[in-house]
Amino acid sequence: MAVTVMIPTPLRPFAGSQSSVAVEASTVGEALDALSSRYEELRHHLFADGGRLRSFVNVYVNQEDIRNLQKDQTPLHDGDTIMIVPSIAGGDNRKE
Amino acid sequence: MILRLSQDLTERIRAHATQSYPYECCGALLGAEDGQGRQVQDLVPLDNQRQDSPRNRFLVRPEDVIRVDKAARARGLELLGWYHSHPDAPAKPSEFDREHAWPWYSYLIVSVEAAQPRRMASWRLTDDRSRFDAEEIAAQAGPNG
Repeated sequence: MAVTVMIPTPLRPFAGSQSSVAVEASTVGEALDALSSRYEELRHHLFADGGRLRSFVNVYVNQEDIRNLQKDQTPLHDGDTIMIVPSIAGGDNRKE
Repeated sequence: MILRLSQDLTERIRAHATQSYPYECCGALLGAEDGQGRQVQDLVPLDNQRQDSPRNRFLVRPEDVIRVDKAARARGLELLGWYHSHPDAPAKPSEFDREHAWPWYSYLIVSVEAAQPRRMASWRLTDDRSRFDAEEIAAQAGPNG
């Protein structure tokens, strides 16, 4: 399926300065993998060790959070738009 | 890289941090990049969404990131980064900050000790995510630099 991945500003320097990238994929997981294979520097910003999406990386398909769909197995259709959106988190060194 | 910030905006960040004490405050930095670095032109104070641990954690939800980014673009500005406070802790990024940071953004941290704002410092995550590099803050006189 031909889909478009919208790249957030902080990741554009690692995606050829592009705001969107077209990929062929059947699921969200495949799309993000295709994106990271094309632009390897993106991979460690998107995925933690072990290959799981980092907790502060939010992914939407046609404005629906994939956590409410089938996560990385969410199926894609021609013309779908995937958005990568940051959460912003931090704090000091004291334990919660 | 230099982050240019007017005295007025500096005082607004320090006031937000003081008002939020002993909890962490957070907000967005809006402005523009130029050949000399980044010019912060406005702030968007935000509500800390970490209601469970606000003394040492802050969170900006993705829907708020989308909203702030869209509002910035409507004004011809760019979302340059984020500010937050460290109550009774130094203005240095923690390991938690590093693990959750995004590249490219400026992360401005203000230390608040006993309800008094102290040192303010800005940081940028390195491309390999191994650490933050300090970003010089250039204070400017006047309301908007």
